[in-house]
This record gives sequence, C-alpha cells and structure tokens, in this order.
Amino acid sequence: MTARGYLLYAGMALLIVLTGFVQGWNLALTILNMGLISAIMSLGVNLQWGFAGLFNVGVMGFVALGGLAAVLVSMPPVAEGWNAGGLRLLGALALGAAILVAAVQVWKRKIGGRMRALVMLALLIGGFFLFRASLDPAVNAIEAINPSLSGYLGGLGLPIIIAWPVGGLLAAGAAWIIGKAALGLRSDYLAIATLGIAEIVIAVLKNEDWLSRGVKNVVGLPRPVPYEVDLQRDPGFVEAAAGYGLDPVTASTLWVKILYSGLFAVVLIAILFLAQRALASPWGRMMRAIRDNEVAAAAMGKNVTARHLQVFILGSAVCGIAGAMMTTLDGQLTPGSYQPLRFTFLVWVMVIVGGSGNNYGAVLGGFLIWWLWVMVEPLGLWAMELITSGMSPDSWLRAHLTDSAAQMRLMTMGIILLAVLRFSPKGLMPER
Amino acid sequence: MTDILNAIVALSNFVLIPGAAYGAQLALGALGVTLIYGILRFSNFAHGDTMAFGTMATILVTWGLQSMGISFGFLPTALIALPVGIAITGLLLLGTDRAVYRFYRKQKAAPVVLVIVSIGVMFVMNGLVRFIIGVGDVNFADGARFVINARQFREMTGLDEGLAIRSTTLITLITAAIAVALLFWFLNKTRTGKSMRAFSDNEDLALLSGINPERVVAVTWLIVAALATTAGVLYGLDKSFKAFTYFQLLLPIFAAAIVGGLGNPLGAIAGGFVIAFSEVLVTYAWKKVLEYLLPENLEPSSLVQLLSTDYKFAVSFAILIIVLLFKPTGLFKGQSV
Amino acid sequence: MAEPHLIGEAMTGGYGRGADILHGCTLSVDKGQIAVIVGPNGAGKSTAMKAVFGMLNLRSGSVRIGGEDITHLSPQDRVAKGMAFVPQTSNIFPSMTVEENLEMGAFLRRDDIRPTIEQVYDLFPILRDKRRQAAGELSGGQRQQVAVGRALMTQPSVLMLDEPTAGVSPIVMDELFDRIIEVARAGITILMVEQNARQALEIADTGYVLVQGCNAYTGTGAELMADDEVRRTFLGG
Repeated sequence: MTARGYLLYAGMALLIVLTGFVQGWNLALTILNMGLISAIMSLGVNLQWGFAGLFNVGVMGFVALGGLAAVLVSMPPVAEGWNAGGLRLLGALALGAAILVAAVQVWKRKIGGRMRALVMLALLIGGFFLFRASLDPAVNAIEAINPSLSGYLGGLGLPIIIAWPVGGLLAAGAAWIIGKAALGLRSDYLAIATLGIAEIVIAVLKNEDWLSRGVKNVVGLPRPVPYEVDLQRDPGFVEAAAGYGLDPVTASTLWVKILYSGLFAVVLIAILFLAQRALASPWGRMMRAIRDNEVAAAAMGKNVTARHLQVFILGSAVCGIAGAMMTTLDGQLTPGSYQPLRFTFLVWVMVIVGGSGNNYGAVLGGFLIWWLWVMVEPLGLWAMELITSGMSPDSWLRAHLTDSAAQMRLMTMGIILLAVLRFSPKGLMPER
Repeated sequence: MTDILNAIVALSNFVLIPGAAYGAQLALGALGVTLIYGILRFSNFAHGDTMAFGTMATILVTWGLQSMGISFGFLPTALIALPVGIAITGLLLLGTDRAVYRFYRKQKAAPVVLVIVSIGVMFVMNGLVRFIIGVGDVNFADGARFVINARQFREMTGLDEGLAIRSTTLITLITAAIAVALLFWFLNKTRTGKSMRAFSDNEDLALLSGINPERVVAVTWLIVAALATTAGVLYGLDKSFKAFTYFQLLLPIFAAAIVGGLGNPLGAIAGGFVIAFSEVLVTYAWKKVLEYLLPENLEPSSLVQLLSTDYKFAVSFAILIIVLLFKPTGLFKGQSV
Repeated sequence: MAEPHLIGEAMTGGYGRGADILHGCTLSVDKGQIAVIVGPNGAGKSTAMKAVFGMLNLRSGSVRIGGEDITHLSPQDRVAKGMAFVPQTSNIFPSMTVEENLEMGAFLRRDDIRPTIEQVYDLFPILRDKRRQAAGELSGGQRQQVAVGRALMTQPSVLMLDEPTAGVSPIVMDELFDRIIEVARAGITILMVEQNARQALEIADTGYVLVQGCNAYTGTGAELMADDEVRRTFLGG
C-alpha cells in the first residue's frame, strides 16, 4: 500500500471514530459492521471486474443465496415438515435435476439436428410436468404444517458460522451455471444475464415457502455471539461494564457489536490476504493479461473462457460469503428487502470509487460508500431544513422537500459515481 | 361449439389482449434501448428510469391540466400531457448527454465504461423521480375505463365468458402502432433518419460522408425520450406508476432487445411481443380454458398454471438465455460487436 | 507547366504521437489522370494516401488541391473541397439499400442528386438492378462498386481508392480497373493504392513506388514496368 493509501485508511478510521463521538458508538459500530461486510462484497466484485473485466450486475442474487445458506444451515429442522413430504420433495428436486442433465446430454449427442432438438424439447416439456406433478403435492404438504410459524423444512441446525462458507458454495454453484451460459459472449450479455439471475434468486426466495418461508421471512436465526439479555444477566459482565462506567444495557449492545466486528474482520482480512496473494501470483498476472488483451492472451494459448469462469465463480462465492454474514448479523432473512440498487449497484459504486483492480481500494470503497450511504440521509435532512428554513412552516414545498430528503441517497450515490468516473476514473486508490 | 367460443373468449380476455398490450409497451421500451445501442453503442441501464422520469413528467403535467379543469373526454388526460412530458424528458436527456456522455464519446471510451456511466445516470434519475414524486403507487388514468366490459359482452353475445376490453389496452395498442409507424417512416424516409441508420451501420464512413455525429446523437436522444416516455405512460395507464416497477422493467426490455437482435428496431418490436406473450402464457392459469375444451372426465383439478406470476422474470430470462446460447445475434440480425 | 491538380508535397508524419511513417514523401496527380502507389508491405502506401486525405498529422510538408492549401483541413472539410475517399474495408453501409448508400454519399449536397445517381448506375449497371437490395448482401465486387459509387456521389474532383481490388477475383478486378479508367476519362483525378502492382501500373499514368515511407521510384506506369530494378524487387521478376 502507498503512503496515500495509509492516509486514506486513516481518514476512513477517523470518520468512523468521529461518528462515534458525535452520533454515538452504537451507530459507529453498526456502520463498521456493515462496512466490513460491504468491503467483502466489494472485494468479490473487484475480483471479477478489477482482475478480469467481467461485468456482473447480479451481486444481489449471490448475496441473497448467502442469506439462504444462513437459514438452511442454522435453523433447526422442522420434523413435521420432513415427515409430511421432505423426502418426496428431495426426490422431486433430484428428478428435476436428472431431467435437465438428460436434456443437456441429448443436446451434446451429435445426431441429426431436428431430431435432437425435438427429443430435447419433448424431454424438457414432459419433464417439467412430471417435475411439477411430483413437486407440488410435497410442497403443499410441507407448507400446510403450521404455516404461521413454520411451514417449511427448516435447516440443519448447525452453528451459523458454517453457513458462511456454505453461502459461498451456493453462490459459486449459481455462478457456475450462469457463467457456463453467458461467459464467452459479449460483456453486456453477461450483465443482462446476471441481472436476470439475481431477480430469479429473489423470486425463488419470495415464493418457495417450503425453502425459506418466502415473504413470511425467517426470523430469530441463531447467533455466533452471545445475546444481550444473557450478558446483562452475567454478573461478571455487568461488573466489567461498570468498570468502564457503562450501564449493562449499553455495554451489552456494544460488546455484541464488537464481537461481530471481530468475526467479520477476521473473514475480511483472510479474503483480502488471499485476494492479494492471488493478484500477485502467476494466476493473477494471467488474469490481468487476459483483461488487458483477450485476443493476445488467447493467442498465447490461454483458455480465456475457462479462466473467466474461474474468476467469476470465485468472485460470486465471495459475495455469497458476505451475504451469509449479513443475514447472520441481521438475524433474519427477509427476501422483500433485497433491492438491486442497494445490493448490486451500490457495491459497484464502492468498487469504482475505491479503485477497480486494487483490493485495498475496493475495501476502502466499501467502508467509505457505506458510511456515506448511512450518513447522507441525516445530512440530506439537515441540508433540506437549512434550505427550507426561510420558507413558511406550512408551505407545501417545505413539507415536500423535508419528506423527500430520504430520497437524496440515490442521487448522491449517482453523482459520486459520475464524478469519480469523470475526474478520477481509476478511483481513490488506483491499481498502479 | 359454444365451448370453443367460450374458450377463445377466455383466452383473448386473459392472455391475448393483455399480452398484446404488454408486448406493445415492452416493444416501445426495447426500441429505445436498441436505438441507443445502435447509435451510441452501449447498453443503457438508465432506460427504465428514463421511462419513469418521462412518466413522472407527464403525470405532473396531467395533474396541472386536471387542476385547470381540462380533460380529454373519455380519453385519459395524460394523452394531452404526453407531448409536454416528452419535451421535458428530451431536455433532460440532451442535458445528460451534454453533461455526462459527450465527454466519454469524445474520448472514444470503451462501451463498458459507458455502461457504468449509465449506472450512475440511473442512480441520479431514480433519485430524482423518487425525490419529486415519491416512491408510492400513482394512478393517473382517467377517462372511460372500458371500451366494452364483461357484462355488456355477455349480454351482446350470449356466451358465458365475458370479454372486457379496457380503454387503456386499446389506447396502448393504437398509440404504440402510431409511434412505431412514425419511427419507421422517420428512419426509412427522411434524410435525418437515413443518416441515423448510416451512422449506426458504419460510423467512420458516415463521418466521411459529412454526417454530423453530434446531430445524429441529439436526434437519437430526442427519439429515445419520445419512445421511453410513451412506453412509460402507456404502462402506467395500463397498470399504475411506481418508480421501482419501472426500474424492474429493465430486465424484460433488455431481454426483448437482445432476443430481437440489439441495434435492430424491427427485432426490438418482435422481441417485445415474444417476451410479453411468453410471460403471460406461462404464468396464466389454463384451468378455465381447458375446462371448456376438454371432456368433463379429463378436466384438470389444479389451476394448470405453469409458473407462479412472480416468476415472470424467469420467463424473460429463460428466453434470453436460450437465444444467447443458440442465436447470439438475436432472432433478427443485430449488431455484433 | 501548371501545378498538378493534387499534390502531397514532402509529407512527413505518423499516427498520433507515434514514430514517423512517412519521410518526405511526395505524390502528385494531374487532372483526369490515374496515379498508383505501389510498394512492399509496410512501406506506408495506405498511410501516404491517408496523409493526403488528412487522417494523420503531418509534421512537415503540405497538401494542395487545385492550387489551394488544404494541409490543415479535417477529412470532412476536404470532402467539401472535392476529395472523395474509398476506404479498404467497411466502405459501405451494409444494412442500407444500394440506393440509400448512394444518397448517403451525397449527404452534404442540397441540389438534385438524381442525375448523379443515374451516372453511377450508368457506370455500374448492376447496381441499378440491385438498387433496392441491402448493400451488405451483395458480392465482394459489387460492394466495391457501391463503395466507389458512394464516393462519386459528392461529384469529387479527386477520387482516392485504398486497395479497391483487395479480395475480389481477377475477372472482377479487371472490370473494376476498366471502370476506374472510365471515371478518370470523365475528368476525375484518381489516386489509388494497390497490391496488384502489375495490373495497376498498366492503367496508371503515374506510378509511385514507396519504400519505408520514402519515394523510391517514380515514373509513368510503363516506365516503371520497364525498369529492371522495380520489376525484380517489387513485381516479382
């Protein structure tokens, strides 16, 4: 890292500390925790865009898959659900997968063109009805069981930390499928394809109640850290808190957040370390060579599409890990809250502002843009109050402006992105 | 016989007519995307929000007209406001081009840079719309609701099934047809239109022929403003206006443009209808139609809905992937870069 | 003797800030005559022509047409001065019809272009038959005809062709050369770069052999063909 880099990081730390002093440490730690997660997402996108020039606008989907992993790993299994139709459901899913594999196999056979297409089509259409015929009863049986509280299969009941790598794996699997289809085509096609897969992942989460209760949300995910109420009952903790002059409630909230920060920081540092190693390795040099000149790299015998698939899967997996961590932090999976502007395009702003191609830059961008995202709202409100202070208190314009201050966020992010692209296209911390 | 007629009516009522209207809206949106791609050579992610902005401008003018007591009889007032909405959107797009895109054009920046820039523009426009009109649902359709409603149709024909033709559907189809006819007349018959096609075909040669690129770009933005605003207003009349829904329209619109072949206006229209009808067909519950057509003992017990309506994005997406895998330049030959 | 219609005099320069490709290269053509630039690969043939057309910056030297200095004009402005250029590749509008291609060639003209279109059809009768067809669907030779026709639509006094016969069959090439002679007879000055040096020199009034951006040999086509040195080195014996 350069001197400029250290300075920028120090500035970022100062911003968070100042937030702590001015607006309270609870908020500062909240920002720090989401900042850590944002930094990981930003690293994931930087792997794809900064290293390989892949344009992925489906970050939201991979993040949501991570969230799904958190539910599937950590929630206790719902025995009634499994009894009602768990195995039938798994069987139906296996059947669906088998049909797809068979269709792909038919397509790969080098037999007469029209015949092949017809067989594949018949297989897919017939298979679809067969799949639905076996899936629907199982789904109905599972969702009928106590729908207001469960109505789904539950998870594996394992510690939620395990969900983090599992989230990465889920995201990697989805990335493999999408990469197989869209990599090797034009860059805008990959963009549209990823945009689509993200919407589909969200649609699945919203609709497949047997999987994660859909829009009924899964709440009360187990935590990797102690609960505040338990801390407040722990005499040792209360005593220690008193030693710092804090009341138990405040101390417990802060302590839980600090524990999360610690966990997240470990993951961020590990991924950052690996990403830095990868960037400096022959593999990383090859990736950048491909990014800078695909034709030349292909002419030197590099399999461009295969390398792209590799890095696409890796980057998406990192986003999946971050998604699982975020759901862990929230303690709930709420499919309705996934918005592309927030989870895809904001991450892009982070990467571009931080400096695409530079891992430290991506991390810095994650922190800075998240901080701004949180801060713009109160700042906007404050600015609007200042602007409207001259107006009469019951003016409709004044009311409208103050009400709309919350919408300043998106505009601010857009202006920041445009300004950076125009005046400092390499970002705050350029690649070289 | 009546059964078959009933089935046809039910199919028209729930699939064909709504599908055609939705297809027309998508086609107009996809035309804008494809024109920008052909002339400015990038995929404009801000297009959904351009539609939202245009619709918002039109709604504001509509409200103004309504407060002055002006209405358009049985037609929605928004149709009078539409030209003004288009003009405002046109000014915004020209301003955006001057302030943002032109710099990158002069630099001859890579298309992907322009795509990222368009994401920035998308943020700003989205924020602008939310800031001005808010995030809620806005229903601005006035005028007559139905050209013919289900009860009237049943009384007229004596069939069990009713066919309701909403006036917004008819307005959508007619307006879209006029817009497309105007566009094609402009592109094929006028000097400026031909120069746009020439520029899209071969930029360097167009320059050698003395075609002024800045003029072509400006005209393109104006046409895009007209198409996007019209598409947005028609969609809003048909359903309702909500900033976020318009952002989400980006996916089916892009799917339509790519399926038809990016850069090819005819393809964009075809793509719009392909996407719209597939969405409606796959998410329609076929029970009713099948009940009329099949003998009683074969009648389905379930809804016979292939996919829940929430998966309509999956449909556009699946079609997109199939086309990308088997015919990457689209059904009609698009530009391959 | 009056000054030739088109002169590129002592041109030195290269693309952008790159190294010089041309070193004091001079080309000149009289009105209604055909000048051909030949030379080995990388000799700067196309570059010399592009320099005349203003597509690269000259460090020194000048370009004049009909006695008027146009050294500092952009290619577009040179079109207005009566120059027309047919690039080697992508020289048509593929999705537009033949007739639309011609119309686009005359984009800057405000007068009636019908007579010029008829002249082009008279020159290339096949184009009249295919006028409603998309230019991209035509054969290679026909596309070149469209390209030349498009360039002629501005009624230029100078027509510049960059390897017009690249990738077309020998029969089509002969045909195309005949047409070019016809254009020259109509009083249009022609400057052309050619790979098929022997055939090109046969129709040339003046030939320029370029080597590494310098004039190596200059003479009438016949003189160059007769020159042993030129024959051995550039025309393959």
